[in-house]
Amino acid sequence: MSEHAHHDAHAPHAGEHAHPTARKYIAIAIILTIITVIEVAVFYVSSLHAFLPPILLTLSAIKFGVVAGYYMHLRFDPKMYSWVFYVPMAFALAITLALLWLTAAQRG
Amino acid sequence: MSEAIAATAGSVPVVHDDHHYTSTGQSSRKILFWTFIGSECMLFGSLIATYLVYRGKDKIGPHPSEILNIPLTSVSAFVLLMSSLTMVLALAAIQKRNMNGARLWLAATATLGMMFVSFQIYEFSHFVHEGLTLSTNLFGSTFFVLTGFHGAHVTVGVIWLWTLFFLTFTGRIGPKNDLDVEICGLYWHFVDVVWVAIFTLIYLLR
Repeated sequence: MSEHAHHDAHAPHAGEHAHPTARKYIAIAIILTIITVIEVAVFYVSSLHAFLPPILLTLSAIKFGVVAGYYMHLRFDPKMYSWVFYVPMAFALAITLALLWLTAAQRG
Repeated sequence: MSEAIAATAGSVPVVHDDHHYTSTGQSSRKILFWTFIGSECMLFGSLIATYLVYRGKDKIGPHPSEILNIPLTSVSAFVLLMSSLTMVLALAAIQKRNMNGARLWLAATATLGMMFVSFQIYEFSHFVHEGLTLSTNLFGSTFFVLTGFHGAHVTVGVIWLWTLFFLTFTGRIGPKNDLDVEICGLYWHFVDVVWVAIFTLIYLLR
């Protein structure tokens, strides 16, 4: 009885879902490694240099999203955490783009 | 190692105990820490923005293309990526009450973090030897401040991980305190995703 009550105290809280298994974590690590290998390989292919920015930014964004979603559990935890993380990141991205645009305009 | 993986296999329930919960039903410490990570996004965003704004405006070298070592940094990026795997395995182990597994993966994560910092110390000392310092040019200033801040964060994470590792032996960290490991993990994965951005924007897109 007391042990049962103890397990109840460990139940998932509002909006939380069970986290992935260890095997899934390893599968995700393999995917992340493959993406990193592709990133570095693309860097050394001279014929792809014109397309480097979109290719590398896309691959980097996928890695970022996978780590945040699965390893930081944003896919499984309440959406509130995603908002707290992604909104400041969107601000940071907006400030970066605005600064780049302003300095490019000054040069132009 | 395979035993430790097997011991952490299976669906991992989200379990917390001995924590203060807000009216949202979520741990106040976890909400606080996510807010801190949000503020860290702004910090690293501003440092990356500063680097990008001043990129290519140096009149004197060394310039990024002359000095950045992609093979070395690729290995250090891989090391940090793998440390994120060992970190989640540590959390999965402690949530399954497998303390030996948790200790193994915490120590592995801290060791990989130390390897990453060692790579960075080697890179910094090589750059200084090549004539690039904080005051050499805009590249040196923005590069050392950005990557130095990141390295300092990794160092704090390593100290935090070893602290958790030793506390598992005293009983201060156990299945009931899995949130302590989860919060440390959030910090560690954040440091990892920041390096994902730095590796692409500073090293590969130059």
